[in-house]
Amino acid sequence: MDLFLTDPIKMVYDWLMQLLTGWGLPGAVANVLLILVGIVVLIIVAMTIDIMLVWLERKVVARFQGRLGPNRVGLFGLLQPIPDIIKLIIKEDITPTGADKVVFNMAPILSLASVIFLWAVIPLAATVYGADLNVGLLYLVAAGALGTLSIIMAGWASNNKYAVLGAYRQVATMLSFEIPMIAALLIPTILASSLSLKTITTAQGGVWFFWLSPLGALIFLVAAIAELGRSPFDLNEGESEIVSGYHIEYTGMKFGLFFAGELLHAFTFGAFIGILFFGGWSFFGIERIPGLGWMASSPYFGAVAVLLKGVFFYWVIMWIKYTVPRIRIDHMLAFNWKFLTPLSFVLLMVTAMVNRLLQDFANTPQWPIYVGGMFLSNILIGWITIEILRVYGRKQKAKEPVHPAAKSVAAPSAGHH
Amino acid sequence: MIPLSWYLYLAAALFSIGLFGVLARRNAIAIFLGIELMLNAVNVNLVAFWRYSSNPGLMDGQVFAIIVFAVAAAEVAVGLALVISVYRRRNTVIADEIDLMKW
Amino acid sequence: MDATQVIFIVSAALIVVSALMVVTSRNLVHAALWLISALFGVAILYVLLEAGFLAVVQVVVYIGAIAIMFIFAVMLTRRDMLDKGPQVNASWPVALGLCLLTFVGLGFLLSRFGDKFSHLPGALPPNLDPLLALGNALVSPQAFVLPFEVASVLLLAALVGAVYVARNHK
Repeated sequence: MDLFLTDPIKMVYDWLMQLLTGWGLPGAVANVLLILVGIVVLIIVAMTIDIMLVWLERKVVARFQGRLGPNRVGLFGLLQPIPDIIKLIIKEDITPTGADKVVFNMAPILSLASVIFLWAVIPLAATVYGADLNVGLLYLVAAGALGTLSIIMAGWASNNKYAVLGAYRQVATMLSFEIPMIAALLIPTILASSLSLKTITTAQGGVWFFWLSPLGALIFLVAAIAELGRSPFDLNEGESEIVSGYHIEYTGMKFGLFFAGELLHAFTFGAFIGILFFGGWSFFGIERIPGLGWMASSPYFGAVAVLLKGVFFYWVIMWIKYTVPRIRIDHMLAFNWKFLTPLSFVLLMVTAMVNRLLQDFANTPQWPIYVGGMFLSNILIGWITIEILRVYGRKQKAKEPVHPAAKSVAAPSAGHH
Repeated sequence: MIPLSWYLYLAAALFSIGLFGVLARRNAIAIFLGIELMLNAVNVNLVAFWRYSSNPGLMDGQVFAIIVFAVAAAEVAVGLALVISVYRRRNTVIADEIDLMKW
Repeated sequence: MDATQVIFIVSAALIVVSALMVVTSRNLVHAALWLISALFGVAILYVLLEAGFLAVVQVVVYIGAIAIMFIFAVMLTRRDMLDKGPQVNASWPVALGLCLLTFVGLGFLLSRFGDKFSHLPGALPPNLDPLLALGNALVSPQAFVLPFEVASVLLLAALVGAVYVARNHK
């Protein structure tokens, strides 16, 4: 019974293994069968979360825009995703002439698959995870690369100018912002000395990595929003600009797969921010309170903590999406190559140096020196960056020619004083 | 368990297929695709020999494979830039038609 | 016939079929997509060989960057939507013969050394962390720090060169 409380996956695996070998299957075949069952269960969990995200997205965007959102179907509109799915399924499935059928149909499947690949490495608790790869963080980047591929396939196979243009811009954005993302991902790697997500989470038992490197978390957030293709970096889907880009020729459930993949991708990155910088399955250190220790260190509590953090950061990503206007493509690329990439490299070097210098204080009673030193180094880099931007902005403004109307406006107001 | 010879035969087959792509295709970019296949065959060989060596603690095979990754990426970048530049001048990417130094 | 052998045979079949489609496909974007499938098969082989880092780097570098560069280059160098003309040049029988000769020759060479190459992998030393050992090998002065640094300079030179060559010189 206490295996149920501490390690439910192992309990279910042992029970099913006994059942299958009792029926006469050899051990290896039963093992493979159980692994396949586990994969299917994981996919079902991911897609169920995805369906609830449709409701969450529509409610939150409605509240940001001052309206109510879906509230007719079920209590608070909670059953709204079901009519949405039914509508997408019964829509006509159009393939444009001249489109490359195999590639056209494979692109939405690959797009959703590249997101579900990510769920294999998310540790929901200390004992609830798909696989503990020792290269977990790089696996995250690799799955993002597959997503980039699906966008090019969709854009090219649609046989449509706007689709190709949207796909080019989106892929240029995603490839460019992968560099600051990888540099920001190297920061938890340095702090935890491992690429494995489970080790990074357990290394945050003392103090969250957010306190050690807030600028790293911020850079990862910005780069992740660009990777997701969400506003303010959604050059691809702006209806006012490019008539929804590579989505343009997809109808019905194929568009549903793209849409679902995008929402799940955003939620997965929210969960990753929670795991990498905000402690993963630990919940503000509740496990250390003597009375609640048993409950707080159970895998169910950990899974709920990770999912709650995922929902919170998904809300932050949505907040940014529905508040900030879209950025032009050349501004976006200049922002990446001239600002974010140098900043992330400088941050990486400074983090590595300060971590090495102050490491002796890390697990001793003088740990505030370590935490304070890392935090202050980040604040220092942020302040220096803002100063540089301020000087640069002032120089740019001084170079602009003054508009002739401005001069005449200035004169009367001087006379008023 | 997989004997080493299986990996070596697979690498030899991949190398030969890549060689056919390089020698027999007209389009310059298709020739590059063949070169990529050959480089991957070499990498498979290197990593297989690393794993099956008597001292896997010696990481030479994997380091060599990583250097091959870097060289392949650099070569593809420069090669494709050259192909695009030639396409702008001569309006062709057929390797046989790019046979004059300058008109 | 255990699980690793089944996985090897399936991924080897995937690699060989994809490679054949790469070199015989008329439509170049299809050829690039078949290349991606072949590279993914090679990544599966790296996982079988317990080189996990190389498998992930293969997906990130080859599929996520090089293959996308190929697709962009193909899309930028098409004169029209159809690919006209034969896609193999006039001396393709010679090329086919040469490749078969190469494969037969390599196979013969491998079979001559048959007994040396038929052993099974020894277990990895229990305290060996391949990722840590690889990292140490790449930056330690007694190991491979010099080739590593030279490779980064090479990549920088390639980057600058590619940008310069492909610019619009107007």
